[in-house]
Order: sequence, then structure tokens, then C-alpha cells
Amino acid sequence: MRSGFLLVALFSIVALSLIIIFLFLEGIPILEHVSLKEFLFGQYWYPTDDPADFGILPLILGSIYVTVISGMIAIPLGVMTAIYLAQIAPATVSQIVKPIVELLASMPSVVIGFFGMVVVAPFIQQLFNIPVGLNMFNASLMLAFMAVPTICSISEDAVFSVPTALKEASLALGATHFETLVRVIVPASLSGICTAIILGLSRAVGETMVVLMAAGGAAMIPTSIFDPVRPLPASIAAEMAEAPFRSEHYHALFAIGIVLFVFTFLFNLLADHISYKFRQVGEASL
Amino acid sequence: MIKKRLRAQKICFFLLKVAVAINGAALAIIVYFIVSRGWRAISWEFLSKPPTDSMTMGGILPCIVGTVSLCMTTILFALPIGVASAIYLNEYAGQTKLVRFIRLGINNLAGVPSIVFGLFGLAFFVIVLDMGVSILAGGLTLGIMTLPVIIGASEEALKSVPKPYREASLAMGATQWQTIRKVVLPVAFPGIITGSILGLSRAAGETAPIMYTGAVFFTPDLPSSIFDEVMALPYHIYVLATAGTNIEATRHLQYGTALVLISLIFGMNLFAIIMRAKMRKKLKG
Repeated sequence: MRSGFLLVALFSIVALSLIIIFLFLEGIPILEHVSLKEFLFGQYWYPTDDPADFGILPLILGSIYVTVISGMIAIPLGVMTAIYLAQIAPATVSQIVKPIVELLASMPSVVIGFFGMVVVAPFIQQLFNIPVGLNMFNASLMLAFMAVPTICSISEDAVFSVPTALKEASLALGATHFETLVRVIVPASLSGICTAIILGLSRAVGETMVVLMAAGGAAMIPTSIFDPVRPLPASIAAEMAEAPFRSEHYHALFAIGIVLFVFTFLFNLLADHISYKFRQVGEASL
Repeated sequence: MIKKRLRAQKICFFLLKVAVAINGAALAIIVYFIVSRGWRAISWEFLSKPPTDSMTMGGILPCIVGTVSLCMTTILFALPIGVASAIYLNEYAGQTKLVRFIRLGINNLAGVPSIVFGLFGLAFFVIVLDMGVSILAGGLTLGIMTLPVIIGASEEALKSVPKPYREASLAMGATQWQTIRKVVLPVAFPGIITGSILGLSRAAGETAPIMYTGAVFFTPDLPSSIFDEVMALPYHIYVLATAGTNIEATRHLQYGTALVLISLIFGMNLFAIIMRAKMRKKLKG
């Protein structure tokens, strides 16, 4: 019985391995046409031209920029909400707010992308008086609301699990509730908060529909926050339909998949490392 | 001095409340726009007829049927594997290197971007296993994506079963498998189902994994087997909003489809949230 269950439990490893194998199997052949350096650092992405250009630097930068900007919005929002829920909110308030965060988490990405496209785009177009509303800023804003629930729920667990004795000791020494929060509780739960942030950003990097619908889709290196961009997932999703089976373009899109996978894989390894190495073991974690 | 410190506290607590309010407002605004602009599109005809006139009129029945059949495939595949994995991790395994390796695999599987699942499903299920673009290929792709959620939820549920239950059963001479099957699983069952519904609701709203594995732009017929391609609610929203024949004129259909999708997903979530709250009360009492 035991070994039967072990076999099933190994399925996740098998699935992950298959994903890696097939990404590389279909992605590596692009290197017969361009060098790795040209692929990663080439500034021009014209996959359907003749001769085609397969430089994904604009796409990589697009992904990095939208992730960083969405992080600037989502990290404070998520962490602050988590602290409020775990340490300050009365039980009745957190009973209302927690389901709200969960519903926000369950909002399908295509609906958020659609919202960004039809509601937010015209709004920021008018507000900032810019030619296109589908741009880096719009996509980052939408991505932020996808990352907030992840950041919030994981950091909430971390903040909540700080031993009460630490809090009481600080209060007994005359610190205010707020000082206790900043000097004792947040430092004690920092590893959990970091893990939460990394996982939230990892979700933002890999999110597809929002950047496909709201980012504008121009494969150019952006110079302003209101420039349209085409992050990595958007390229794959938008172009796979028109890429002929096992053409250079097809292989290039799988190679983009590899880059994206490596990005998120590193994020996850880092998160796993932090949460494992600095896990809170009783009161000894401070 | 203390007054100043308390004032700092007041200001900062206020800021925390503002952050919470922004989250609530974001959800409220999105829901408001979808509901207020979508409800007019909803009618019995909208829910029960296929799209007509190159998708500028008619309903979304094939999309609803498609999404439901994709979800069924997903859960039939992911639930047994997920629960069995969780049983191994929580009931049989100790703190070994192998277990840490398996957990690392599960965590990383959970972090794989949805579009990468789509690429994998295309290369493996659709092409190598020759399933074609079908409910089966799309459902399996979504199933692998949902697996970490179900494993996590099941483990949580298994963990919440008090130790004495197991000890009592083992002390009566039951084997470990008998204990798991007759004692632990029945107690953990509601928790497992709740978590699985949450995972499934996420799968129902995903677009990127099914774009090239299960869903198509348009098909007038309802599926008759799991090897048929289908239309799906999330993909239909994307198609109408970006590539439809008349994007502006079909806005109300787009809002209507979005409303149906979020009603479906919020319904599943609310059901799970309420069920969980009831369970907690029961465990406490």
C-alpha cells in the first residue's frame, strides 16, 4: 500500500520533469538558427519577417518592467493588508475581509484583462492624455491585483504565527502596539513575508491573459511607463496560433517558454530556500 | 512623548486600513462593471443557444458545456492523484530527503506559469500522445495545473484530523491502511472536497492552458466525446474582446459571458467558503 501511494506521490515530479523535457525538446532547436546571445539579447523581435529576427530582449524587459511596477503596487498593499488582518483587525472585520481577498484571488485572469482593456484603458487614456490606454502602466496595475492575494495570504500566515509571548514581552516593556509591530512582529515574520513577495511576483511574471489583453502588445523596448509592451507570456499566447508546426517561430516560442520557466523556477527555488532555511522554529527564530 | 507615539500609531493603523479598503474597492469596482453592464445580456436564450451570425448574436451554450466538461475531466484526473499524494506525504512518509524532494517538485509545479502548461499540453498531449485539440488534452493540462492545489488542500485536511483518532484505531488492531480508509479519510473528506472545489474554480477560469489544447475559436456543435474540441467561457471572452468580427458591437456579449464566468466561479468559491466555515464550527464544537 505504502509503495503504491509513493508511486502516485512521485507523479508531480514526473509531470514537472515532462514539462521541462518537452520545453527543451521543442525550444532548443531555435539555437540552430540564432546563437543564445542573439536570442536573449537581440533587440528585434520580427519572427514572421524574411529573414526573421528572433531577439527577445524587448520581451524580457517588458516582463521585468511590468513585474517591478506591479510589485511596487502589490507589495505594500498585500503586506499591509496581511499585517492588518493578522494583528489588528477585530474578528468580525477579518471574517469579512478574508473572503474578499479570496474572491479577488479567484477572479479569472481573463476577466481582469478584459476589465483592463474596456474600463481602465479608456480611463487612463483620458486621465493622462496619452494616445493608447493599453500600456505598461495598465498591465502593471492589473497584475498588481492578481499578485496581492498571493502576497497577502502567505504573509498573513507568517505574521499570524509569531508567538504571542514576543508580542507580550514588547508591550510589557512599554512599547506601543505599533512599535511592537514594526520592531518585533514584522522582523520575526520577515522570512515568511519575503517568501510571499517572491511567490506573488513569480505569479505576476507568469501571468498571461492580463498582459496579453492590457499591455498593448508592441515588441519594443519601452522608454516610458505609458509605452505598450509585449511581455514573454503574451508573445507565446498571441503568436502560437500563427506559428507553423515545428517552424523556427514555433521553436522560438517554446524557447521563450524555457526563459519564462527558468525565471519562475528560480523565484520558487529562492522562496523555498528562504522558507526552509529561515523557517520559524518556536521563539528561536528571532 | 507617549502622545506623539500614539499619534504615529494612529496614522499608521489608518494607512493599513486604507490598504485593506483599496483591495475591497478593487474587487467591488470590477464586479460592479461586469454586473452592471453584463446583466442585460443574460436571458434564457443567451444561456441556452449557440452563437449565431459569426458570433455577434445568440448565446453561449457551447462555452458553458465546454467549460463544464473540461472541469469534469480535470477533477476526475487530479482528485485521485492529488488525494493519494497527500495521503502518502501526510500518513506514510516521514521527514526524508525523498519527501523534501517531492515537496520541492509540487511547489515548483505550483509555480509554473499557466502559458507554460499550455505549451506542454500542446507538445505532449496534443501532439505526442496524439489526442488532438480535445476535452481530454485540455482537461489533463488543467488537471496537472490543479494538482498542487488539491494536494495542498488534502494535506491540510488530513493534518486537521486529530492524532488520537489514528492511535485509537491502530490500538484496536486495525492496519494503517484500514485506519486511513475507515477513520482518517471520512473525517478529512469535507476538507478535501472544499479545497478541491477551490482548485477547480481556478481551473474553470484559466485561459492560457486551454488555448492550444482544448478550446477553439468557434464550433457550432456540442461535444459528443472527450476527443472533441470545445468552446470555453474564458477563451470566448478573450476571442470576442480581441478578435471578434465586430468587437464594439459585441461588448454586451463579452460582459455577459464574463458575468456568467464569474458567477460560476464565485458560486463555487462561496460554496467552499461557507462549507469550510461550517466545518470549523463543527470541529470546535
